[in-house]
Amino acid sequence: MYPALLVDVTIFVLALWVGFEVISKVPATLHTPLMSAANSIHGIVLAGAMLIAVTAHNALGYVIAFVAAAFAAANVVGGYVVTGRMLKMFRRRPDVPTATVPPATAPSNGSTHKGPSA
Amino acid sequence: MSTFEWVIQLVYVLAASCFVLGLHMMNNPATARRGNQVSTAGMGTAIAATLAIVIHDGGITATGWAVMIAGAAVGGALGLYSARTVQMTAMPQLVSMFNAVGGGAAALVGVHDYMSAGSTVSASTSVTTLLDVIIGAVTFSGSIIAAGKLQGVINSAPVTFPGARLVNLLLAAVAIGLGAYLIAAPNAALLSIVIVAALVFGVSMVMPIGGADMPVVISLLNAFTGTAVAMAGFVIGNWALIIAGALVGASGGILTKLMADAMNRSIRNIIVGGFGTGDAAAAVVAGPGGSVRSIAADDAAIQLAYASKVIIVPGYGLAAAQAQHEVAALADVLESRGIDVSYAIHPVAGRMPGHMNVLLAEANVPYPQLKEMDDVNPEFARTDVALVIGANDVTNPAARRPGTAISGMPILDVDQAKSIIVIKRSMGHGYAGIDNELYVDPKTSMYFADAKRALSEMTAAVKTLVGT
Repeated sequence: MYPALLVDVTIFVLALWVGFEVISKVPATLHTPLMSAANSIHGIVLAGAMLIAVTAHNALGYVIAFVAAAFAAANVVGGYVVTGRMLKMFRRRPDVPTATVPPATAPSNGSTHKGPSA
Repeated sequence: MSTFEWVIQLVYVLAASCFVLGLHMMNNPATARRGNQVSTAGMGTAIAATLAIVIHDGGITATGWAVMIAGAAVGGALGLYSARTVQMTAMPQLVSMFNAVGGGAAALVGVHDYMSAGSTVSASTSVTTLLDVIIGAVTFSGSIIAAGKLQGVINSAPVTFPGARLVNLLLAAVAIGLGAYLIAAPNAALLSIVIVAALVFGVSMVMPIGGADMPVVISLLNAFTGTAVAMAGFVIGNWALIIAGALVGASGGILTKLMADAMNRSIRNIIVGGFGTGDAAAAVVAGPGGSVRSIAADDAAIQLAYASKVIIVPGYGLAAAQAQHEVAALADVLESRGIDVSYAIHPVAGRMPGHMNVLLAEANVPYPQLKEMDDVNPEFARTDVALVIGANDVTNPAARRPGTAISGMPILDVDQAKSIIVIKRSMGHGYAGIDNELYVDPKTSMYFADAKRALSEMTAAVKTLVGT
């Protein structure tokens, strides 16, 4: 009855199964970066936000498009950056303990405290 | 279908493949970083394709361009700033905020589509639009409350009032009932009532959930966001959104299940009531009596320095005291004496799935030393000293007996080690509100201090003892 919807539902369900298969193999050690990576992937909603800017033709439409674009961009940029920052810390061996501490993991980098505002 | 549309669809398929491949590469810490880069490349490709659509369509006004670019610039800058500066202990709040904005953006896509379509919209589109708006709005407000609780801005204890459950049911009924009505008779004004009901429902859903349940809540809201984004994909007919949303929904779903299992609680149980508010807490079986033995830094140092195998059991107390660098320093000293040191990490040790691993990785602990519960439990019997730092309920042997608030919860078998040292500020209870039988075990010594100070003192004592 609704062929387009039917195709969409098929894609959705199959992607769900692929997701279950792939993600169940991620070790517990990486669960936080995994969730953060998943977070950045749902930043694809930025594509949706861009497309509604096309059909926006009144003030309310522009406001919605602006907020949606801001939300989605924060999501996608922040998600990828923070995931990369976390994954950089996971190493098999500390590289020459005490001598060279990479800047991103130096104990003192906590000085710039920042809450989760966005 | 034009050549342009063909190319765009194929590019979206490429982007979706990058997402799947990126997630696949996260199955090993060695390839995970590359996986994130693959996923980022996929995202860049998808955004570029979408930009091509916007240009090709030509319908966008100058204001539309300005709004889109300004919004993306403001949001991108905020996202970049918070991602660069956030402390690892505050990661759950940040992830929760990303859930909020993702869900919010998805809801707005639905709202815009609903309003611009007017009464010409077909029933099938309406269903997905309303699902998108409702799920997105619930995720938005719920995630903000969760982030507030994690940050300590909002009371992290379960906040509840008489009739709260009834109010929740009522809100859900309004959102879904009115939503169903709107499918039959599109009405932009009534949609705002649906949005408000969904937003309030998000707040009232998360408020009664206690701090210890946060790993489950964040995972669940993550799944919600994914679903909302997939629904937004249905609304605007974009497969990239549908596939990405489904992947995130699957990820959030799996993590929710894992976290709930690790606490031996059903998801329904967590959503409906806070910890210790049920009847189980009243039925606490009195644990075996016994006295608590405390220990000085010197004695703890002797035990640690002459052990051959030490397992460190970090809990949220370690993160709260920001002592991950101190514990890594102690482990370094012990390792330099040839002692086998590893970390036993319970799935709910932090405030989100895998949080403790990130904190220890930040302190330069190599990931092969971080062991999951099922792998490490058989090792406790061969362990000379188990050093428990700020972990409580997940080490309580009472979980093995029926009739306690934590019965059936999988625990770390710390009590099987030859000797146990517990660093704790006081004899206070964990979230379950019951005595920990481990503390009165004759093999256990208690070291009453803040985790950071205790670990520095122990490290100094070990160094003095072995003369380094």
